[in-house]
Amino acid sequence: MGLMSQPIRRTEDKRFITGRGRYVDDVKMEGAAIGYALRSPYAHARILSIDTEAAKTMPGVIGIIVGSELEAAGIGHLGAAFPASMLKNRDGTPRVDGDRALLTVDYVRYVGEPVAFVVAESQNAAKDAAEQILVDYEELPAVGLIDEAVAPGAPLVWPQAKGNIAVDWEQGDEAATETAFAKAAHITRIDLVNNRVVVNSMEARGAAGRFDKETGHYELFVTSQGAHPIADTIAKRILKIPQERLRVITPDVGGGFGLKMSTFAEYPLVLIASERFGMPVKWMSERTEAFQSDSHGRDLKSHAEMAFDAEGRILAYRVCTDFNLGAYGLGFGPGIQNIIPMFVVGGVYKVPVLHNYVRAVLTNTVPVEAYRGAGRPEAAYIIERIMDLAAREMGLGQDEIRLRNFIQSHEMPYRSYVGALIDSGDFQRNLHDCLKQADWAGFPARRAESEKRGKLRGRGMAYYIEKTAGGASAVDISFTEAGRVEVGVGTSAHGQGHETTFAAIVADKLGVPFESIDLIQGDSIRAPHGGGTGGSRSLWNSGNGILKAADAVIDKGREVAAALLDTSIDQVTFDDGAFRAQSSNRFLPLLEVAEAARSGTKLPAELNERLEKGLNSSGTHDEKGDTFPNGCHICEIEIDPETGKVAVISYDVVDDFGFVLNPLIVAGQVHGGVAQGIGQALMENCLYEPGTAQLLSGSFMDYTMPRADDLPSFGFTYNEILCTTNPLGIKGCGEAGTVGAAPAVMNAVLDALWDKGVREVDMPMTALRVWETLQRAMGG
Amino acid sequence: MYAFDYHKPHSLAEAAALLEAHPEARLLAGGMTLIPTLKQRLASPTDLVDLGGLADLVGIVVDAGEITIGAMTTHAAVAHSKEIKARLPALAALAEGIGDPQVRHRGTIGGSISNADPAADYPAALVGLGATVITDRREIAADDFFTGMFETALAPGEIVRQVRFPIPLAAGYAKFPNPASRYAVVGAFVARTAAGVRVAVTGAGPSVFRLPEMEAALASSFAPQAIAGIDVPEDDLNRDPHATAAYRAHLVGVMTARAVTTALES
Repeated sequence: MGLMSQPIRRTEDKRFITGRGRYVDDVKMEGAAIGYALRSPYAHARILSIDTEAAKTMPGVIGIIVGSELEAAGIGHLGAAFPASMLKNRDGTPRVDGDRALLTVDYVRYVGEPVAFVVAESQNAAKDAAEQILVDYEELPAVGLIDEAVAPGAPLVWPQAKGNIAVDWEQGDEAATETAFAKAAHITRIDLVNNRVVVNSMEARGAAGRFDKETGHYELFVTSQGAHPIADTIAKRILKIPQERLRVITPDVGGGFGLKMSTFAEYPLVLIASERFGMPVKWMSERTEAFQSDSHGRDLKSHAEMAFDAEGRILAYRVCTDFNLGAYGLGFGPGIQNIIPMFVVGGVYKVPVLHNYVRAVLTNTVPVEAYRGAGRPEAAYIIERIMDLAAREMGLGQDEIRLRNFIQSHEMPYRSYVGALIDSGDFQRNLHDCLKQADWAGFPARRAESEKRGKLRGRGMAYYIEKTAGGASAVDISFTEAGRVEVGVGTSAHGQGHETTFAAIVADKLGVPFESIDLIQGDSIRAPHGGGTGGSRSLWNSGNGILKAADAVIDKGREVAAALLDTSIDQVTFDDGAFRAQSSNRFLPLLEVAEAARSGTKLPAELNERLEKGLNSSGTHDEKGDTFPNGCHICEIEIDPETGKVAVISYDVVDDFGFVLNPLIVAGQVHGGVAQGIGQALMENCLYEPGTAQLLSGSFMDYTMPRADDLPSFGFTYNEILCTTNPLGIKGCGEAGTVGAAPAVMNAVLDALWDKGVREVDMPMTALRVWETLQRAMGG
Repeated sequence: MYAFDYHKPHSLAEAAALLEAHPEARLLAGGMTLIPTLKQRLASPTDLVDLGGLADLVGIVVDAGEITIGAMTTHAAVAHSKEIKARLPALAALAEGIGDPQVRHRGTIGGSISNADPAADYPAALVGLGATVITDRREIAADDFFTGMFETALAPGEIVRQVRFPIPLAAGYAKFPNPASRYAVVGAFVARTAAGVRVAVTGAGPSVFRLPEMEAALASSFAPQAIAGIDVPEDDLNRDPHATAAYRAHLVGVMTARAVTTALES
C-alpha cells in the first residue's frame, strides 16, 4: 500500500519532541558577537540627535550602528511586496507606504521602531550600552487606533497620506449594487471589529550572520518561511550585491503564521555589523521585544449590508472596511484586506452583484502584515456574521439561509461575480455532514440541560471558502553516491511536516524507501529558487512539482534501464520501484539504475553524455488554476452568566481539502487553525492606548493566548472532492481552520445571548465583555 | 539583567548578616517574580541572598489544630501534601491553582507573601484563615502583615521563616483568574471557625482585604444565599483591561458565594 493518503507520523517529530531541533539560536558561530536593537519608547517623535559616544566606551561593546551611517553607506530600505502598479488609489494616484530605513534617521513612528544597533560581547553588555545611548526625542502627537487616525484633523503619520489613508481601493459595481438594494425585500446591516492580534510564534525571530572578507560573501541564518524571498530582498534591495554573494539558510523554525515571510531590519543588520566589525553577529528577539517589533495581524473595522429577496436569496452585498496598516506599508501589508481576499469576498454564495470599498489607514503602530489566512479569515468573518444575523432577522435557520444561497456543485466550475473560478466543491454535502456530526438536531435538549445548570448555551455555524495556489517554484530530485534521494524544494516548512509529506510522494511515485529521502529546503543556494511557504499552497507547489520531476526521472530511467537490460526503451516499463523488460523477467530497482546512470561505467558514451547528471531531474508545477478549500464549522459554547466566561463545549468541522495526503498532518493543521481562531474570538487582543499609541498588551501577563484547557476535543472529518486544476487534486489546508473558526464561535456566542436581548457582539468576547454586554442588555 | 553579587548562606543568621552588610541586597526565594523582574532590568539589587540553602525553611508540619509551613516550601509541595489535602483541602486547592506546574515547583509560600502581589493567591488564605507569619524576629498576625500593594509589615532585613495556619471547621477558595496571567482577578477565601467566619479577598484591591458584612451574614447562616444582597463598593478596587472595578465588585460576591459552596462540600 502506498504512503500517500496514509496517516503516517511525522519524521520531524522525534527531533522536535526530544529537543534535537536545530533552530537559529542553536547555530554556533565561533567568535560571534551579540546584536541588540535600541527601540523607540515613543509612538511618534522627531529625533533631534543621537549620541553614542559614551555608550561606545562601555565594557564589552564592539560597536554601534545608527541610521545616518547606513544612509551614508548607501544601504537600501525595506518595502512592500506589492509593486506600486499592482495596488494604487481609486483615482490612479500612487499609494503611500512610507519609507522604512533599517534604522530610522529623523523620525520614529511607532513604539519599538529600531533606532540603533548595538554590537557587544554579550547581550548584557549590549543592553548596558544601549541604556547609555542618548537620543534626544521631540515627542509628537500620535494616532494608534483606526478611529483616531481617520478623524478630521488627526496628526499625520506621513504628510503625503491625506487623512492617514495609505490607499483606497474598490471592487465590484457601486451603482449596480445600489440598484439591486433598492429592490430588496430585506436588508441586513452589521458593524464589525476584527481585533488586532500579536502573532506570537513559539520561536521568536532571530538571525545570525557572517561576512567573509576573503570572498566577499555573506551568510545569514534566519528564522523564515522561505530563504529565497529574504535573500532576494537583502541582496537586491538592501545590500545591492549580486545574489550569489549571499547565502540565506533557514534551519528548523518554530512557527511562522505569515510573520516570518518578511524581511525585518535586524536580518540585514547582522550582516552589515559582521562586515563592519569583522566577526559573526547574532541577534535573537526576546519575547517582550517581539510584542513591539513583530508585525501584527488583523485590525480592521467593517460596515456590511446584504440585500435579500422575500425568500432569503441574496440580491446584492456591500462592504466598507478601514484597516490598520501601522506606520509603514511593508511586506504583504498594504494588500491584505483588498487584493489577497478579493476572490472570496462573496463567500460560498451566489452574489449577483457587490461593491467592496477598502481603505488602508496609517497609524503610529507596528506594521500590520500577513497573519494566518491574510485577509481571507477577515472576509469570511464579515460574510458569515452577516448571513447569521440575516437568518435571525428573517426567521430562517442558520443552515437554511446558507442552503438557499450556496453555489451548487452541479454549477461548477462556477465563475463568481468577483471573478473567482471555483473548480469543484459540494458545500451542501459538507454542511449536511457537519449538521449530523455536531448533532445539530439535538441542540435544544442540550440547551435545556445547560439552562438547568444556570448556563446559557449557544451554537454557531460558519461556512468558509479560501482561494489558494500560485507562486510556482522548481523541485529538484537528485541521487547521491551514498544511495540517497535528495529532494530540493523552494517551499520552506516551519511546522508543516514537509519532510514527511513530500517524502511520501517521492516514495510512492519512484518506489524508493521513504527512509532514503532527504528534503533540501530553506537554503537560497542549495535549494531551487522558490517563494517559501505561506498561503496554504506548499503541497500545490512542491507536491505537484515532485510529480513532474519524478516523471522526468522515470523517463530517463527507462532509457538507462533499456541499455542495461539490453532491450529497447519501448520494451521497458516502470512499476513498484523497478524498471522491467517486458521480453524477459529481468528487472532493475530504480536506485540501481540511478547509480548506474550516476557512475556511467556500464553505459554507452553517447547516453552518458546526454544524461549529464544521471537521473537527476527538475520539475515545476506552473499550471494555471486556483484551488478553493472550503468547509463547514459548527461550534457550541456555554456562558456562565455570573462571570461572563465563555467555554467552548464542542467544535466540529467538515472540510473539503480535495485529496488528503496525510490525514494526521491535515487534522493537526485544522486543530491548530481552529485554536487560533478561537483565540482571536474569545481571548487575544492587542491594545494600543488611545491618545498615546503606547502598547498596553505588551507581554503574556496581559495578552491571552489560547491554551489546551481552553479548547475542546475537535471533531474533524472531510470529504475528498478532488480539485480539478492540479494533478494531485489537492486544495490546501494550512489556514482553513483559522478562516472558519472566528465566525463560528462568534455566531455561537450571539446565539447564547440572543434571547437576553443582545444583538451585537464583537471580538474578543472575553468574560468582562460578555458580562458587560449582558448587563447592558438587561438594563443593568 | 544588571550585575549583582550572589550569596548562598547556610543559616538564617548568615542570611541576616548578609542583608545587614548589603543594604541594597534582595532575598531570593523561588524567584518566580524576582528573576523576571531582574531580566527585564526593572530592579537592580547589588546582591542576591539565595535562601535555597536553608533546609530548615522547607517542610510541612501538621498537628492537632495547626498546619505550619516553612517559608521555602513550594506551592507544589503544599498542593500535593496528603495531610494538607485531608485537613485543609482549600489550602491545597489554592496552591494547586497558582501559576503553572513550573511556577508551582519553584515558587514558595514565603516568597509569595513577602512579595505581596495584590493578585497573588496566598494572601487570601493567610488572612482568610487568620494565619500567623513567623519571622526570624517575631510573630505577625496575617491581618497586620499585608499593608498595601507589594507592601508588608516586614522590617528591612527581616526574614519569613514559617506560616502557621489554624485548621478551620470548613474552608473554601474560589478564584476568577486573569485569562492571560492566571493571577487572581478576584480570589475569595472563606473559613468557618469556632470563633466565627472570615472572608478574605485578593486580586480585587491594592491588597488583600476582609469583608466584615459578609462575615457577619455568613456567621448567622453559612450558605451562599446569605450574602446574596450584599453589595461590594467598587471605589477602591483595581481596574485594568481585563476587569473594571464594577466587574471586580460583582465578582467578589460571586467568588465568595462559590467559596462558601466549596466549603460546604468539603
